[in-house]
Amino acid sequence: MAIRIDLPVDAKVIRKLRVGDEVRLYGNVITARDMAHKYMVEERPDWLRPLLENNVIYHCGPVMKRTGKKWSAVAAGPTTSAREEPYQGTVISEYKVRAVIGKGGMGPKTLKALKKEGAVYLHAVGGLATVLAEAIKEVEAVHKLEEFGVPEAFWVFRVEDFPAIVSMDSHGKSLHAAIRKDSLEAAEKLIHG
Amino acid sequence: MAVNLADAFLELIRRASTDLPPDVCAAIEKARRREAAGSPARSVFGQIQENIKLAREKSTPICQDTGTNIYNINLPIDMPHAIVEKAILTATKRAVKKSYLRPNAVDSVTGANSGDNTGVGQPQIHFHQWKKKHMEVSLMLKGGGCENVGRQYALPNAELGAGRDLEGVRRAVIDAIQKAQGLGCAPGCLGIGIGGDRGSCFLLSKEQFLRPLDDVNPDPILRKLENRLQKELNQLGIGPMGFGGRTTVLSTKIGKMHRLPASFFVSVSYMCWAFRKARMTVRGEKVTHGY
Repeated sequence: MAIRIDLPVDAKVIRKLRVGDEVRLYGNVITARDMAHKYMVEERPDWLRPLLENNVIYHCGPVMKRTGKKWSAVAAGPTTSAREEPYQGTVISEYKVRAVIGKGGMGPKTLKALKKEGAVYLHAVGGLATVLAEAIKEVEAVHKLEEFGVPEAFWVFRVEDFPAIVSMDSHGKSLHAAIRKDSLEAAEKLIHG
Repeated sequence: MAVNLADAFLELIRRASTDLPPDVCAAIEKARRREAAGSPARSVFGQIQENIKLAREKSTPICQDTGTNIYNINLPIDMPHAIVEKAILTATKRAVKKSYLRPNAVDSVTGANSGDNTGVGQPQIHFHQWKKKHMEVSLMLKGGGCENVGRQYALPNAELGAGRDLEGVRRAVIDAIQKAQGLGCAPGCLGIGIGGDRGSCFLLSKEQFLRPLDDVNPDPILRKLENRLQKELNQLGIGPMGFGGRTTVLSTKIGKMHRLPASFFVSVSYMCWAFRKARMTVRGEKVTHGY
């Protein structure tokens, strides 16, 4: 049974989540990928603080559609999170982010920040662009669109029933680290006998 | 020519971006059945199938990363490249407006997005002239996540104990897929090239993606290696999206070319499960779309 998470969310609620838990998100998430993470760490903009505190970052570069002045998300699955590994821990601490949604998992620096701050990494299924776009009910705002372009802009999405799985929790556990270790052992056996 | 080429290319792009071909769907269904009932892996495959169905119904992109658009075109001798290229560029810009494609072309120095998915080297078009009277076009969309996990090895490789032979190739491929984990949106389809120089070897690995997933390699030695690798890679336990499971790769295809005595390259190209490809034939005024 999936756990409903309403946003913004307290660290207390997040601390209860464990690797393997299925969640459904309700509320606002904000997209941020490569340019956005570099910008957040290098410039530490204050205008983002109210948007990010106790909220969720989504690693996503969507396909968007504009009808008149209104934007809608056409395709919006997760992008590879590993590219943000150099920045993510700092961003989580600086902006009090409670969850990061992406795909492929992240490394030890992020895992440490999740534990310290009370945050989780949520894995969405890569390539699920149409299904996940259906969970985006409203485009609340967009920032840095001109400067960063459509895939890299900060899009504020109001989501309902957005599905993801906790793959790194705030207790130091990572599904990705476990799979990496097991698959390395299997590979070594296949390679060296 | 009376046929509107730009319209024909737009339809080709729409089909490639919003639908998956039957051979890929069959491989995904086969993989789903292999996973244990109630496992996260089986649930991931279920969600993948739901997404394919919905994208097809709504005519929206399977994945928001509509990738590098790679065209392979067989062209009759009397058909100028320039006309075809112009039609592709027009169709690409229209496809962005229709949300079939994401504006995906970024200036590597300034970081500016061109806004219409065209730019230097984008889309990527490979023309081959042939003696037939009709034009045959193949388009694949290759996303960035899976492109990033591709690897090239110059054998020998001491760390892997990989020499300049097929056993060395086998070891390199296992290493590449273990390192890829779920990051390329596993389970992947693999294109492997052996030989050439660095550039041609990578191209050869990508040409393997033009083969249907269920074809049989006419070279018995390569066929044997493909079958062995397919079985062994699925013992890595990485599974769909790296959640763990019995299917880490959907297909393994290998091609070879001549090399210099001094070089022995192995290139591994990884295509995500959302293997988007479509074909089109233009014969006189008749346009046929397929996979």
